[in-house]
Amino acid sequence: MANVISDETMEYVGILAKLELKDEEKESARQDMQKMLDYVDKLNELDTSKVEPMTHIFEMGNVFREDEVTNGDDRDAMLANAPEVKEGQYKVPKTVE
Amino acid sequence: MEIKDMTAVQLSAAIKEGKITVSDAVEASLAAVRASEDAIHAFLLVDEEGARARAAEVQKKIDAGELTGPLAGVPIAIKDNICTKGLATTCASKILQNFVPTYDAEVITRLEEAGAVIIGKTNMDEFAMGSTTETSAYGVTKNPWNTEHVPGGSSGGSCAAVAAGEVPMALGSDTGGSIRQPSSFCGVTGMKPTYGTVSRYGLIAYGSSLDQIGPVAKDVTDCAALLQTVASYDAKDATSMKRDDYDFMSALKEDVSDLKIGIPNSYFGEGLDPQVKESILKAADVLKARGAEVEYFDLDLIDYAIPAYYVIASAEASSNLERFDGVKYGFRAKEYEGLHDMYKKSRSEGFGPEVKRRIMLGSFVLSSGYYDAYYLKALRTKALIKQEFDRAFEKYDMILSPAAPSTAPRLGESLSDPLQMYLGDIYTVSVNLAGLPGITVPCGMDDKGLPIGMQLIGDCFSEKKLFRAAYTYEQARGAFGQPEKR
Amino acid sequence: MSKQYETVIGLEVHVELATRTKIFCGCSTAFGGAPNTHTCPVCTGMPGSLPVLNKKVVDYALRVGLAANCKINQLCKFDRKNYFYPDNPQNYQISQLYLPICHDGYVEIDTAAGKKKIGIHEIHMEEDAGKLIHDEWEDCSLVDYNRSGVPLIEIVSEPDMRSAEEVIAYLEKLRMMIQYLGASDCKLQEGSMRADVNLSVREVGSEKFGTRTEMKNLNSFKAIGRAIEGERARQIELIEEGKAVVQETRRWDDNKEYSYAMRSKEDAKDYRYFPDPDLPPVHISDEWIDRIVKSMPEFQPEKQARYVEQYGLPQYDAGILTGSKKLSDLFEETTALCGKPKKVANWLMGETLRLLKENGQEPEDLQFSPKHLASLIELAEAGSVNNQVAKEVFEQIFAEDVDPEAYVEEHGLKTVNDTGLLEETARKVLENNPGPVEQYKSGKTKVLGFLVGQVMKEMKGKANPAAAGELLQKLLSE
Repeated sequence: MANVISDETMEYVGILAKLELKDEEKESARQDMQKMLDYVDKLNELDTSKVEPMTHIFEMGNVFREDEVTNGDDRDAMLANAPEVKEGQYKVPKTVE
Repeated sequence: MEIKDMTAVQLSAAIKEGKITVSDAVEASLAAVRASEDAIHAFLLVDEEGARARAAEVQKKIDAGELTGPLAGVPIAIKDNICTKGLATTCASKILQNFVPTYDAEVITRLEEAGAVIIGKTNMDEFAMGSTTETSAYGVTKNPWNTEHVPGGSSGGSCAAVAAGEVPMALGSDTGGSIRQPSSFCGVTGMKPTYGTVSRYGLIAYGSSLDQIGPVAKDVTDCAALLQTVASYDAKDATSMKRDDYDFMSALKEDVSDLKIGIPNSYFGEGLDPQVKESILKAADVLKARGAEVEYFDLDLIDYAIPAYYVIASAEASSNLERFDGVKYGFRAKEYEGLHDMYKKSRSEGFGPEVKRRIMLGSFVLSSGYYDAYYLKALRTKALIKQEFDRAFEKYDMILSPAAPSTAPRLGESLSDPLQMYLGDIYTVSVNLAGLPGITVPCGMDDKGLPIGMQLIGDCFSEKKLFRAAYTYEQARGAFGQPEKR
Repeated sequence: MSKQYETVIGLEVHVELATRTKIFCGCSTAFGGAPNTHTCPVCTGMPGSLPVLNKKVVDYALRVGLAANCKINQLCKFDRKNYFYPDNPQNYQISQLYLPICHDGYVEIDTAAGKKKIGIHEIHMEEDAGKLIHDEWEDCSLVDYNRSGVPLIEIVSEPDMRSAEEVIAYLEKLRMMIQYLGASDCKLQEGSMRADVNLSVREVGSEKFGTRTEMKNLNSFKAIGRAIEGERARQIELIEEGKAVVQETRRWDDNKEYSYAMRSKEDAKDYRYFPDPDLPPVHISDEWIDRIVKSMPEFQPEKQARYVEQYGLPQYDAGILTGSKKLSDLFEETTALCGKPKKVANWLMGETLRLLKENGQEPEDLQFSPKHLASLIELAEAGSVNNQVAKEVFEQIFAEDVDPEAYVEEHGLKTVNDTGLLEETARKVLENNPGPVEQYKSGKTKVLGFLVGQVMKEMKGKANPAAAGELLQKLLSE
């Protein structure tokens, strides 16, 4: 059963993904999503009830770091990429109302 | 032989013998770039100054006998989703304009230790999402064989740069065919290694469980040399694997007499261009003539690979690309009202349509109420596909198939119908889902003068077998030729 | 007749683990660095960076889980929790949803009605966020990622608590247990232990839970107590007015003693959790669990009993000293050095706690070394300093961990044991105070204290008051 993608769904996904489509983009985006999901519904032909979801291809042993400080201070180089900086910090629009 | 016509391994040998210098090699590459770029646009950034400085350093080390590897002194191009310290890395996206990493990807460190010289960063589909290199925010790359056609994607810049002779080799990345398909379209050799073979540290993630960096080169020998240079266990990448043997060049032998090759019936049905089909089957005959056992067999589930792939890749991408928000690096919109508006405007203006399409799809399939039906379903399908390959590899050493259903499409033909474009990934995506290695070797031309590539798919960790079969085929095939010189 | 209501409370407690480095990168977790100086590509979410798990984090989480009687998921996984906020550099937090490391445990608390088990639903590992500072001057916010990636465990309780007292007892129990395990210092004020309160009310006797709210920003036990009372009253009022309680997150403002809803139409609260493809699952072997079980420390009840037994301390003293890991460590180490448990106990329970209270600090903030307290006790015992001086010196030890011997020497605070000088002064005092001397001789021996005081004053506090008293008595009976 295909899910019908409504304008509200697109609006909601836009909130989740922090994307705002222009009015002229909205309808084609909705149709693209609908088409893609209809196509994905092909997966429902498969009986996967006895299969575990495969998140990692290989069975691996534990991969750990030891608890040792390895990083120095590279702040200024990293901050050089930031759109806006103040006093060694990343500057953003205010976060409290 | 002209420097431009040499393979990477030949070039390095000539440098070590003192016939030419690293600087000669680098200047030849830069000259080729100057000659081709107007027509091809394979590069987003050419680091002439850096390459020249580096050439001098490398020459000294070669003279001092400190650099003896097969790629010492060889120019290389790097796909622009691989972080290079001090060199802009954009993923061909506006959202990463002016981003200059403060760190090198692990593969860059490996290349530097081996004495390779980075010429520049190559064009790609934005965030590696696309099959044509047309979703780049910085212009399309053209196919060196016919500039009215696309080079394929997403590693279109890397493959075009090698095909055009701008560099002897390049690094690409492959999430769903992004090395193998453009290699096929551009008539070069490219490999996607077993997942975990090459460190992903510093590769800007698209689909983390699928992404692998791999070599793009003029021939199989260079491909093996480049893979053995960049492959390593890396403690910075928790999905990196410790492998027993990285000596891929030792596999370059003309012998397929012990190999059993399977050809999936389902890969040669509807939708495959007859010229491609003919060319691939001829290549199979060549391997058979060399002593390989070649057999048709049934590989099921191929129709489910694309939907499973797009669900998984888009889901991971939607999360991986959340960090591009206008706070720490890259593009921030000029005008906005408040924090959330800043996020929305920066991302909406910074990402192109294909990237937005996949982020939206990925966010949806992970959202409350749909996670099981789409995302988990896709992961279960992936497990079934893996099992299907496991069964195939119980019988066969490798699978032979096309890399793409057609040769390179014309520019501008693909993007209008995204779903149709995704269907072109039919021969490549399942390899990423199952973590397998795959190599594309040029095997013919269509009547439009566009190259066709054969793909060999191996079981996990069987790169050496693939290299051996590909090398044997290549020797039998003879020189493949190059795009017409301009 | 008005209805009777019952409060149902569950807690989500975040604890910062005492590792040297962050959970997924080799950056220091030390407090107090200049903004963004403890950061790297991983903990600032730079593109292409990848997380690698700090083994110590798993170890600490296991210790806490096993101490809280939890079952262990011997295969556990990390998931991404996706939401946009500037303190979260990747815009997803790496946490555990589907297979958390520990689940289904409990801790036992003491209540007025006796012992009670509070269920632990799960404990999971995750990364902390950065710090946001609001810049009033420019009306913007500034982000510091030094805390980003500091390891946390989140301990989620069952809704088993019914009052603020139970909540506080539970928190104190958890805190003490975690401190004893060495997994965290659990300082509420510095935020290394934080509690979110999930609260609902229902009519007494009702089987069904009411709609709950989640309250954040509670950074002291007092604030937690007030917030619980406030929220309970607010919900009951809504119900009595026939209005519905809305399931929401509320922020407690302890100054205004009021909570307000944290809501934004820009936040859908749909975190799109999925397994993090960058991190392979964690396998916890039976051997690992055994090793931790065998290395469990002595917890508070056993320690308290041992203090009574071994050091002869009263139950009460033993209870106070073992109420804090830091205090009990100081006690044991100091006693080992000076061999005077009762004296050590007195110093810790008296002056130490007094000064902590004065400074608004917790025992975990104590900085002084057992060696210096031991040496002060020895100085006092030997009569080298009198009580008053000893207290003065202790304040210096408390504040700056000074070496008492050197300090006493340097400031000339040593008790004068020159008997000639003492006798000379005592005679002078008796001579100058004929009134009190008369009183003493007529039987009002209490005035001896006054006379001792006069001697002390004359000798600028450096006399030994006991010796002065004895001497005065001797002289008065002459």
